[in-house]
Amino acid sequence: MEELHQAKAWELMEMMRRREVSAAEILHSVKGRVESVEERVRSYITLTLDQAERAAREADKALAEGKDPGPAAGIPMAVKDVLCTKGVPTTCGSRILENYTPVYDATVVSRLRREGLTMVGKANMDEFAMGSSTENSAFGPTRNPWDLERVPGGSSGGSAAAVAAGEAVWALGSDTGGSIRQPASFCGLVGLKPTYGLVSRYGLVAFASSLDQVGPITRDVRDCALLLSLIAGHDPRDSTSLEVELPSYAEGLEGGIEGMKVGVPRELMQEGLTPGVRECVERCLSLFRELGAEVEETTLPHLDYALSAYYIIAPAEASSNLARYDGVRYGLRVEGEDMLEMYGKTRAAGFGAEVKRRIMLGTYALSAGYYEAYYGQAQKVRTLILGDFRRAFERYDVLVSPTSPTPAFRLGEKVEDPLAMYLSDVCTIPVNLAGIPAISIPCGLEDGLPVGLQIMGKVLDEATLLRVARAMEEAIGFRERPQVGRGVG
Amino acid sequence: MGGYEAVIGLEIHAELKTRSKMFCSCDASFGGEPNTKTCPVCLGLPGVLPVLNRRAVELAVRLALALNCRIAERCIFHRKNYFYPDMPKNYQISQYDLPLGLGGHLDLETEEGPFRVGITRVHLEEDTGKTVHMSESGRIHGSEYSLEDFNRAGVPLLEIVTEPDIRTPEQARLFMQELKSIMEHLEVSDCKMEEGSLRCDANVSLRPRGSSGMGVKTEIKNMNSFRALYRALDYEISRQREILENGGEVVQETRHWDADANVTTPLRTKEYAYDYRYFPEPDLVPLELDRGFIDEVRSSLPELPAERRRRFREEYGLPAHDAALLSSSKAMGDYLESAVAAGAPPKAASNWMLGEISAYLNARGLEIGDLKVTPDRLAELIDLVEKGTVSVTMAKSVLEEMLESGRRPREVVEERGMAQISDRAELERLVEEVLEENPKVVEDYRKGKEKALGFLVGQVMRRTGGKANPRMVSDLLAQRLGGGS
Repeated sequence: MEELHQAKAWELMEMMRRREVSAAEILHSVKGRVESVEERVRSYITLTLDQAERAAREADKALAEGKDPGPAAGIPMAVKDVLCTKGVPTTCGSRILENYTPVYDATVVSRLRREGLTMVGKANMDEFAMGSSTENSAFGPTRNPWDLERVPGGSSGGSAAAVAAGEAVWALGSDTGGSIRQPASFCGLVGLKPTYGLVSRYGLVAFASSLDQVGPITRDVRDCALLLSLIAGHDPRDSTSLEVELPSYAEGLEGGIEGMKVGVPRELMQEGLTPGVRECVERCLSLFRELGAEVEETTLPHLDYALSAYYIIAPAEASSNLARYDGVRYGLRVEGEDMLEMYGKTRAAGFGAEVKRRIMLGTYALSAGYYEAYYGQAQKVRTLILGDFRRAFERYDVLVSPTSPTPAFRLGEKVEDPLAMYLSDVCTIPVNLAGIPAISIPCGLEDGLPVGLQIMGKVLDEATLLRVARAMEEAIGFRERPQVGRGVG
Repeated sequence: MGGYEAVIGLEIHAELKTRSKMFCSCDASFGGEPNTKTCPVCLGLPGVLPVLNRRAVELAVRLALALNCRIAERCIFHRKNYFYPDMPKNYQISQYDLPLGLGGHLDLETEEGPFRVGITRVHLEEDTGKTVHMSESGRIHGSEYSLEDFNRAGVPLLEIVTEPDIRTPEQARLFMQELKSIMEHLEVSDCKMEEGSLRCDANVSLRPRGSSGMGVKTEIKNMNSFRALYRALDYEISRQREILENGGEVVQETRHWDADANVTTPLRTKEYAYDYRYFPEPDLVPLELDRGFIDEVRSSLPELPAERRRRFREEYGLPAHDAALLSSSKAMGDYLESAVAAGAPPKAASNWMLGEISAYLNARGLEIGDLKVTPDRLAELIDLVEKGTVSVTMAKSVLEEMLESGRRPREVVEERGMAQISDRAELERLVEEVLEENPKVVEDYRKGKEKALGFLVGQVMRRTGGKANPRMVSDLLAQRLGGGS
C-alpha cells in the first residue's frame, strides 16, 4: 500500500468521500514528508502549513456534515511563488520582492480557494520565472528528488520537486517557454501548458505577457484534467482571457486514440537529443501505432528560428514588465543620493544575473533604431511559426516531440553558459510562441532519470490533448518513483 | 514682429469625464485624500492586468469626430516606457502608430476671417499620478524628498496634437478656447485648467516671414490658463526673436513657463532625449471599432459651438461678436438659451449677460455656473424693464441685489418700493399739480423754451421720489401742454 503523500489527487478525493481517509490524515502525511525531505530538496520558499491545516479541518468538517467541500479540498497543493496570494509573501524567487505580501489573490488562487484549496506553501522558482533549472532563485536552488545532485528543471522547479518528493500532491506552475513542461519532464510528472487565454493571468506576476500561462503539474493525466477544470475559464480581469465554453476535461479521457493522426516535427528531433531521450520518444511512436494512431514525420520549417525569436520577444516584454520594481512603492529599496541612484542601487541589489541579462537584452531589442531589426523581425517569425502549426494541425490531431533534449542536468552544469541553458527549452518554446496547448508526460528513464514526451494540440483542444496523453500514459505504464536522497552522502 | 513669423503647434491633454479610471474601476473624480482612489491595478502592483473602459473609448470617438478626424476601425495600445515615480508601472499605456483618430481639423473664426488648424492625431492614454516635491518652490530642485499621490494615476486622458498651423499667441488662445468649448458641449471633459483636467504644451519656433522651412523649436510646458498660454507664447516668441536678431541660435529644449516671473526657463528634467521603447501592449487586445458604433456616436453628437454661434446670430439676431462670446463656453450658451426660453428677448438677455453679469463674474473671478441669479430670474428682471415696472437704472440696482442674494427681482422691487408709477390716472393728477404750481414755466414752454419741459418732468419725478415712469410723464406733459394751447 502506497503512502498517502504518494497518491494521486483523484484517488485521495475518492477515499475522502468514502470516508476512508480524512483531509487531516492526508495533510499529516504530506507534512511528515516536508519535515523529512524539504531540507534536502528545498521545494518551497514559504510554507503555509497553518493555512493548509485550517483548510483540511474545514474539508473534514464539511465531509462530516455530508457537504461537498470542493475538489481542491484536502489535496495538499504547492503554488508557484509567482502567483499572488493574499496575505502570503509572493517573492517570484527574487530579492527585490523578498518582503512583498500581495493584497489580493490571483484569479486562479481565488478560484481554487472557493473549491477548498489546501496550500502547503509557495514553491521555489527561477527568479521571475527566468531559467530552466531553478538555480536562478535568490533563495537557493531546488534539487531534483530523483537525484539531489541534479536540477529539477525550471522555472517551476519547486512545484515539480514538491510533487515528485511527496511534499504536495499536485501543484500550479507557470509556463512562458517550457517552465511547466520541462520541470515536469525532469521530475517524472505530468505538466500542461494550456492554450494562451484559457487560464487567467490576473495575479500571475508577469514575465512575458504574450507567452505566460498558468497550468497544472500533477502525478497523472487525470489529475491534470481535474486541476485544469478548476483553473480554466474566462476572467473579466484579464483582457486576453478567452470567452469559451469549457468541456469536462476529465470525462473524455478514456476515449482512446484509434485513427488519430500524429505528426512528428523533424525540427524537434534534431541534434542535441541524448540517446536515451531519442530512444524513449521512438518507443512512444511505436506505442502510438500500436494504439491505432497513424504516425508521420512532418516539417515545421520555421521552428528552427523559434529560440531566437523567443529570446527577443520574452526579454523585450520582461524589460517593460519588470520596470515597476524600482523601490518607490513596494519591495526592496536601497537608498541613494537622488532618485536615479536609488533606482540603480535598488535594481542592482534586487535582481539576479539572469534577470539583469534579460532586461538588458529586451531593452536593447526595443531601442530606437533596433526595434524593426529585432522585435519587429521576431514578431514576423512568430507569425510564421503560428502558420506552420496551423498547417500541421490541418493534417494532424496532435504533434509530438521530446519535452527536453536531455534528462535533468547537474547543478551548476549550465549556470555559466546561458546559451546551453536556453537550448534546454528548444522543444517547448515554439508552443508558447504559437499559443497552443502542450502537455509533457513521463515516457521512460535514461540512467535512472525521467524523460518526458511532449504532446502538442490545437488551440483550445485540451480535451483531445488530454485524451491522447491518457492513452499514452496507460500504454507507457511509467511506474517509477524517485528515491529522495540518492546522491547525498 | 519684424522679419520673423512664429510657427506654433499644440499638444493638449484632456482628462475624460468617465466615472471610473481607464483600466480599473476606481473613482476617476478629481481630488480626495492622497492615494484613496487606488486599487492594485492603478497602483501597478505585481500581477495586475488592465481592462479597457468602454466609456473612455466612446468619449474619445466623440471628440475625434467633432474634430473631423478619421476614426481607426482597429487601433492598438502601446507601452511608452520610461522611469518616473508618478508612473506606477514605469510605463504608460498609450497609443503610438495606430491612434484612434487621425487627420482632422478645427475651423476658427477670427477678426481677420476664418482660420483652420489641422489636427494631427487624437489618442487615448492613461494619466500619471502626481508628485509633490517637498521644497519651498514645489519644484524638484532643492527638494529633500517627494511624495506620490496616485489618485489621478490611470484616469483616462485624450491627447490631441495639432499641426504647426498656429502663428500667433492670440490664435493659440482662440484655438484652446474653441477646443475647450467643444469638449464642454460634447461633455467629454471638465476642462478645468486649474485642476489639470485640461493641459496644454506648445512647440514654438520662428522662421523668416515667407519661408516655408522650420526653425529650431522649443517645447513650452506648465501653462495653466488661457492667459498663461498667451503670455508664455508671447514671451517665448520675443525671446527667440531676440536671439535670432542678434545672430544667435535657438537651443532645442523643453522650457517651463514661470507665471510669477513672466518668463520661460529651461527645464532640467528633460535635458536628454528619451527613448520610449514603444511596443504593442500585450495585456490588451486590439480595439475594434465597427462602423455601426462610430455612426451611432456620430449621430448622437450634440450641437457644437460653431453651429450654436450661427444660430445665435441668425435666430437670436445677435451681433457676431456677442454670439461668439456667448457660445465660448457651454454654460454661457446654456444660460442664454434658458433665459430666452423663460421669455427674455435674446438681445436684452445677451446685453445683461455680457454687461453687468460678466463684469460681476470677472471682478470676482467666478464662472457663470457660480451665478446665484437663475436664467428665469434674469428673464423676469428683463420683463420688469420691458413692462416699464422699473427703469433700466433701477433694474441695475435690483440686479446688484440679485447677484448677491439670488432673490427674485419682483421681491426686491416690492421690498424696496421701487416699482415705477406707471398708473396713468395717478400720473395725470401729478402732472396737473405741477402745471398749476409752475405757471411761469408753462408760459416759457409755450413761448418755445423746450428746456422747460425737462424741468416739469423733473418736478413730477421729485414728487414721486424718482419712481414715476419718466417716458409716460414726458408724454403726458407734452400732450397736456400741446392740447392746452
